[in-house]
Amino acid sequence: MIADLVVTFVFILFAMVMLLGLATLLTWVERKLSAMMADRIGANRCYVKIPLINVKLIALGLFHAMADGLKMMSKERFIPKDADKFLFLLAPWIVFAPVLLMFALIPFGGIIYPEKIFGSFFAGKAYLMQIAPLDGGALIILAISGICIIGVVLAGWASNNKYSLLGSIRAASQMISYEVALGLSLLPMVLTYGSLDLHTMIVAQQGSMLGGVLPAWGIFLSPLTAIIYLTAATAENKRIPFDIPEAESEIIAGFFTEYSGMRMALFMFAEFAEIVIISCVFVVFFLGGYNLPYWDFAGSFPRLAIVLWPTIFFIKVFIVSCFQILVRWSLPRFRYDQLLTFGWKFLLPLAMVNITVVTLFLWLVQKHQ
Amino acid sequence: MKRKEYWNQKEMSYWEKLYYLEIARGLWVTFSVFIKNLYKWCTGKKGALTVYYPEERRSDYASNFRGKHKLTILENGRPKCIACKMCENICPSKSIKIVAGKSPDEKDSYSLKIPLSFDLDYASCIFCGHCVEICPKDAIIMTNDVSELPTYAREKLLYSLSDLLESKKDA
Ligand code: SF4
Ligand code: SF4
Repeated sequence: MIADLVVTFVFILFAMVMLLGLATLLTWVERKLSAMMADRIGANRCYVKIPLINVKLIALGLFHAMADGLKMMSKERFIPKDADKFLFLLAPWIVFAPVLLMFALIPFGGIIYPEKIFGSFFAGKAYLMQIAPLDGGALIILAISGICIIGVVLAGWASNNKYSLLGSIRAASQMISYEVALGLSLLPMVLTYGSLDLHTMIVAQQGSMLGGVLPAWGIFLSPLTAIIYLTAATAENKRIPFDIPEAESEIIAGFFTEYSGMRMALFMFAEFAEIVIISCVFVVFFLGGYNLPYWDFAGSFPRLAIVLWPTIFFIKVFIVSCFQILVRWSLPRFRYDQLLTFGWKFLLPLAMVNITVVTLFLWLVQKHQ
Repeated sequence: MKRKEYWNQKEMSYWEKLYYLEIARGLWVTFSVFIKNLYKWCTGKKGALTVYYPEERRSDYASNFRGKHKLTILENGRPKCIACKMCENICPSKSIKIVAGKSPDEKDSYSLKIPLSFDLDYASCIFCGHCVEICPKDAIIMTNDVSELPTYAREKLLYSLSDLLESKKDA
């Protein structure tokens, strides 16, 4: 019992550190990557002066995340006079909490036997490196991600500001539209792996296909599904090219116009944390989770696996996050009507066709066996 | 054919309407720029087209760029300025303050008046160049030098006579 608690606590700690750390790192990565894509230098002003020797430690601008935090904390915590105080204060947390919750369902490692390393305290126990190993993981992830919409709409409504309201109306229509496509985009993979459990999916992606040329990853099994998922997820996250709910040039900051200081930071941070979550789900569904292709290192180094699994998972997540940043800095924003046309008239039919094709294919394969 | 919505609306081909291919093309552009800059950064070359101002400065300021002022001097080291206060009067932002005084040399052939102090406040100067235009003696000129103008304190932007005076070896 106590052993279970200890292990779960360690997992939660790791998840928090990885999620929040990576989200903080991404604020820097976003600045630096965008600068390099645009022939600029990027964040480089912030430094820490080492005492006595007068050396300025710039570290490629890595301290900017720290400076951001300090600045946000020292800002005035402003609440508009006619705002609905309770909802106004509640909204950022409704946006932020589900993002953290989702990570509980992501498996970042296989089954470990802590007894082998830490001795008899964990005698005879095996743990899956996942905070909440639930059978319907894929469904619950979709369900939790739907909660964010409520927070966004509340934020816009409670701040009693026209721009906020416009932003939240846009957010509501956009996020609900793309929610449909998001759910439908994960369905083919659920059919392919024959399970809603995320860990089973990762196990199903071990091995290779086409005579050992390609790893049997979801992205190679069904590339279209991966593309649809990434599109719908970016729209869910309200990032460019789908950022009309917070379009700076049109409606100031959209639904969080009236927020300042740490509350605004919560919205921003939720966005970056959601990048990480989207990448996590993408890695689990399409990139074989915490495994390496071609090489089953857990078999050869069972003790090292406890470190290698999370590391590999982390690296994969980081790469997918960088890809999302690349998309964000390459594309222009959709117009409102284009956005809905794209969602309902293109993405949704495409997802439907995709499901049909995948289902037919699976049916044929099963009939042949 | 459908009527165009605006005069130069582009006809999109079938492939362009698929959208994803065009996005891939756009991503490739930014990604290749990124890789190019990353390679330059790894090999120690400078990829960015921007400069690290103010530590680093572009060398191609125009020769007639209106930067910091300079008070020119005569051969004997005396400032050419005769403290006529024309520049002080014309300055639209009232950045110049001059205190005039008598020349120590009673029979100065150039001018009997000299500026005892000449303060120029770059915090309010708009670099219009009117002071240079109006000066009857060409005593004040503008250079294309902008160094030390970005600072953390307003006080550092208040330049006195000695800061503005051209040093003898420049002349
Ligand atoms: S440049 Fe213009 S504003 Fe500046 S000191 Fe001369 S007259 Fe005044
Ligand atoms: S106008 Fe020329 S001579 Fe007259 S006070 Fe100004 S700098 Fe001196």
